[in-house]
Amino acid sequence: MSDIAERVKKITVEHLDVDAAKVEPKASFIDDLGADSLDIVELVMAFEEEFDIEIPDDAAETIQTVGDAIAYIEKNNA
Amino acid sequence: MLRRVVVTGLGLVTPLGSGVKGKGIDGVWQRILNGEAGANRIEKFDVSDLPCKIAAEIPQANGNGGGEADAGELTFNPDDWVDAKERRRIDDFIVYGLAATDMALEDAGIELKTDAEKERAGAMIGSGIGGLNLIESTTIALHEKGPRRVSPFFIPGSLINLVSGQVSIRHGLKGPNHSVVTACATGVHAIGDAARLIQFGDADIMVAGGAEAPVCRLGIAGFTACKALTTGFNDTPKKASRPYDRDRDGFLMGEGSGIVILEEYEHAKARGAKIYGEIVGYGLSGDAYHITAPAENGDGGYRAMKMALERAGMTTSDIDYVNAHGTSTPKGDEIELRAVERLFADDADGLVMSSTKSATGHLLGAAGAIEAIFSILAMRDNVAPPTINLDNPSVDTPINLAANAKVEKEINAVLSNSFGFGGTNASVIFRRV
Repeated sequence: MSDIAERVKKITVEHLDVDAAKVEPKASFIDDLGADSLDIVELVMAFEEEFDIEIPDDAAETIQTVGDAIAYIEKNNA
Repeated sequence: MLRRVVVTGLGLVTPLGSGVKGKGIDGVWQRILNGEAGANRIEKFDVSDLPCKIAAEIPQANGNGGGEADAGELTFNPDDWVDAKERRRIDDFIVYGLAATDMALEDAGIELKTDAEKERAGAMIGSGIGGLNLIESTTIALHEKGPRRVSPFFIPGSLINLVSGQVSIRHGLKGPNHSVVTACATGVHAIGDAARLIQFGDADIMVAGGAEAPVCRLGIAGFTACKALTTGFNDTPKKASRPYDRDRDGFLMGEGSGIVILEEYEHAKARGAKIYGEIVGYGLSGDAYHITAPAENGDGGYRAMKMALERAGMTTSDIDYVNAHGTSTPKGDEIELRAVERLFADDADGLVMSSTKSATGHLLGAAGAIEAIFSILAMRDNVAPPTINLDNPSVDTPINLAANAKVEKEINAVLSNSFGFGGTNASVIFRRV
């Protein structure tokens, strides 16, 4: 797993209080990890803080799985 | 005819400790009767530039509170009540309210199962200010990092009615979901108004009370600016709250929650519930005088007490104990005392009245709720809790202020007062069933 993937996983585990084993790339934040719409906003905020990037709202809406988050950050993390 | 309303469960989180799962709140009550004080130097934020450097904080296991390091089994451990993930999203006042509600429901032996039961149970929990800690920290984040760093949980974690909201979600209360905001009278108004919902048939069970967590730089700075807080006891915090004493110099800010379970009398009887007492009187009034100062003649408090007595169909001779608002402010204590003397007239001689704020500090919107609970326990145990730190009364009075020692006597009916900024006054009367 890449460094970015590890950090995404760690933040997800912390914020959603879920078992690390469940946080795999295909896991959906809402369907598999029990997040609601406010959790997603908070998670995106935490990713922005951790990676020092800005994730615009329309991009945030496309982030539905752990893999989506990793891919978006890898692409935009200069 | 209005339905009768009784109290069947009690929950407390206070500067003298918290109720304990499976054991209830008697440990806290015992400390009140012992004449102990919950008060401390504030450690969790910088107080070097604040004139008041002390508060009555909850002894907490997570080191979050600056209260006593160890209050034994009465130490409040947030993990026992609300998990860490949930706590990050809500201000402490909601944590305290959730914990006190769990205790009260356990004490009442209430577990709602069917939808029909849930729809007849509601919540009316208030707060004076709500999520002040979260408002302070979020404002700083907004200023330093901009709007994209404002948490989506800031608003639902700070709103006053979110104690009722969170409680209803946790316990499935689908009946009236309401809240009260009347500054330091909040707790009494919440209990009184919730009782009315049951009296009118809108619910059979109400979770009622107050929750407050005002101890932060913004809270201390704000209340000192309006000259309400004690500033002369920074080195002796346990001596700071001293209602009726000549050396008092303002209130000691406290935090916590008090929750009572109110239940329709026949409903409680039918399930064989333990009944602490009946709420028989409730009075409300406004001073129409000043934003922070009570009217000099105490007329507002007088009329609230009188209305509660009339509603109860009682006279002053029926009241065996008064739990005073008595915040330890130079003016307020005497104004209330004179109003009680005026109302009770000849019955004032030997009446026992005390201020448990001497022990707990002033919990603002939760004060009326924890004091209603102390009043109910005074009735249960036939003992009036003391007013501690009352070494030199500032005025003469025929009323027995239970100075520095509890008073054992037969207590069949109690009256509790709470008054708030804005000139709002509330009194409630409980009677033994």
